[in-house]
Amino acid sequence: MTATPTQEASRPITSQEAGSAVDIVRVRKDFGSAVGVADVSLTIRKGEFVTLLGPSGCGKSTLLGMIAGFVTPTAGKIVVDGADITDLEPYRRDIGMVFQSYALFPHMNVHDNIAFGLKMRKLPAAQIEAEVRRAISMMKLDGFENRRVRQLSGGQQQRVALARAIVIRPKVLLLDEPLSALDKNLRAQMQVELSELHRKTGLTTIFVTHDQGEALSLSDRIVVMNKGSVQQVAAPVELYRRPANGFVASFIGEINALPPGRCEVKDGTASLVLPGIGPLAFPATPAAGFAPGRQVRAFLRPEHVRPASAGEAGPNIVTGTVEAHIYQGSHTITRVVVEGIGLIETRVTGADIVASAPVGTPLALAFDLGEAVLLDAGE
Amino acid sequence: MRSFAFWSLVVALLTYMTLPTIVVLMTSVNPTEILAFPPQGVSFDWYAKAVTYPDFQVAFRNGLIVTACASTLALIVGSAFAWLIHHYEFRGRGLLEGVLWSPLIIPHFTLGFGFLLLGGAFRLQQGYVMIVLAHMVLVMPFVTRAVHVSLGNIDPALARAAANLGASPFQVLTRITLPLVVPGMAGGWLIAAVLSLTEFTASLYVTGSRTQTLPVAMYNYIREYADPTVSAVSALLIIATTLIMLVADRTIGLRRVLAIDTH
Repeated sequence: MTATPTQEASRPITSQEAGSAVDIVRVRKDFGSAVGVADVSLTIRKGEFVTLLGPSGCGKSTLLGMIAGFVTPTAGKIVVDGADITDLEPYRRDIGMVFQSYALFPHMNVHDNIAFGLKMRKLPAAQIEAEVRRAISMMKLDGFENRRVRQLSGGQQQRVALARAIVIRPKVLLLDEPLSALDKNLRAQMQVELSELHRKTGLTTIFVTHDQGEALSLSDRIVVMNKGSVQQVAAPVELYRRPANGFVASFIGEINALPPGRCEVKDGTASLVLPGIGPLAFPATPAAGFAPGRQVRAFLRPEHVRPASAGEAGPNIVTGTVEAHIYQGSHTITRVVVEGIGLIETRVTGADIVASAPVGTPLALAFDLGEAVLLDAGE
Repeated sequence: MRSFAFWSLVVALLTYMTLPTIVVLMTSVNPTEILAFPPQGVSFDWYAKAVTYPDFQVAFRNGLIVTACASTLALIVGSAFAWLIHHYEFRGRGLLEGVLWSPLIIPHFTLGFGFLLLGGAFRLQQGYVMIVLAHMVLVMPFVTRAVHVSLGNIDPALARAAANLGASPFQVLTRITLPLVVPGMAGGWLIAAVLSLTEFTASLYVTGSRTQTLPVAMYNYIREYADPTVSAVSALLIIATTLIMLVADRTIGLRRVLAIDTH
């Protein structure tokens, strides 16, 4: 049986796996009495593109700093290609890094920036030239060799930073929010280029971002972090469809949180009983995690809530009052307040709903509960 | 109306600030042997006397020796202190900074007098060593500040990026940090040199008749002769300093490295 990304991702993570590029073993970092990173274990396979995703202060940058060697772990160890590098100085690690500010050397031109790592490795001049040339053409920087880095645009600086990091053929490539300084259009383009670069070089890549969109589009696997701990490690699709807890559910994409309720089967129909609302019916195949009697909180994406058609009735339809429309071009997010449930967002293609269901009027919503994520009510 | 008041104020301020200099410059071209203002004609004879007068020649040479030594020593010591203050948190860092800044607060005559007394105790009175040591203390705050500002302007990520690419701490210092602070060091050295070259108050105490620097020689001259030669020397000094500063601004971006201009 071939392993699909989803199954790969759900494989248990053990330390010291064969063929792993990076093993992070119970790594911890305390800042005084505060915990920066709390006992994180993670194995990254050779050639994998892994994203550390989380809000600012979640510990993702600290973890990256520990892999690069700029931050000393309080406990735990970091193994790269089978060698324990926990106590190795940063300059002996052979790990490439692209910094948020790019950190290009302002007193050197593009060529010398890219050649710096090779010069530090004391390679023969001819080989340095050949490698730099290769990196320059790979990053489409031909003709910019003699430019000062200050004369470059943001996107060009970004490419120099990438060229400088990959030219040393690092064991691992670290990317610290490299797209955050770019404007929106350029960011989209650089995402594509990053993806292409990863495909061409096959470098094991660890990408840090707080942008879930970047994480979803680029990664083989995403490590969601919050308050120093790993919340979930999964492939993008898995993460979006099956968030492991409330934090992941609400951090990745938009999601509606229903109040706590109970799973029940009545007359052969699986349903979610919400206090004060009554039963909402699941389709023939209920959502994963459905078990009669289980107390759950259901999370439902806005695209799985739709306005009910006229006259439509059923046990998964609730009615609320339209509070606002947020028109977003290709689609509209409509916010509806449902008594007993709270605020529900529905996502509808086009803008027709703005006219058909004005603010303040009632709107019936059909819940596609088969797509709901059921988490323990305690979450 | 508002703009008239504004411009009047600006002109008044500029006049007030530059008038003394302008007066001196104007008297330097007076054809007769008195320091008359306004001048009664235009003559450059006093400039000829200024550059040929033996006392001034010797004093200028003394000044250059003192300036070169004092500024360079201040640059070395000041840069080391700036680096220390920039890189390390340590007990007494505040105290060290305070001491480095103290020549800005302590009157020059106090420092000069102090060095004179010390010189007596160590039998160094009125020799070059004493003058250089005194000047070095006076210009140190400026060099330290220039280098400190330059260090602060370096993105700390650069050192990490270099280390990441395989540069040892020593290589980071020589390949990244030093090249980036050289303009600041040069700027600090220049400011120090100009200050040292024109320093008078402390120099009056620590120089002797053989080792007097130009400002001291000018003072001694004017006590005996009231002709425009001193004005001419002043004018030459101002012109030379201005030229050096302009060239420095062009080549190393003096305003930027001294954090006068943030662009």
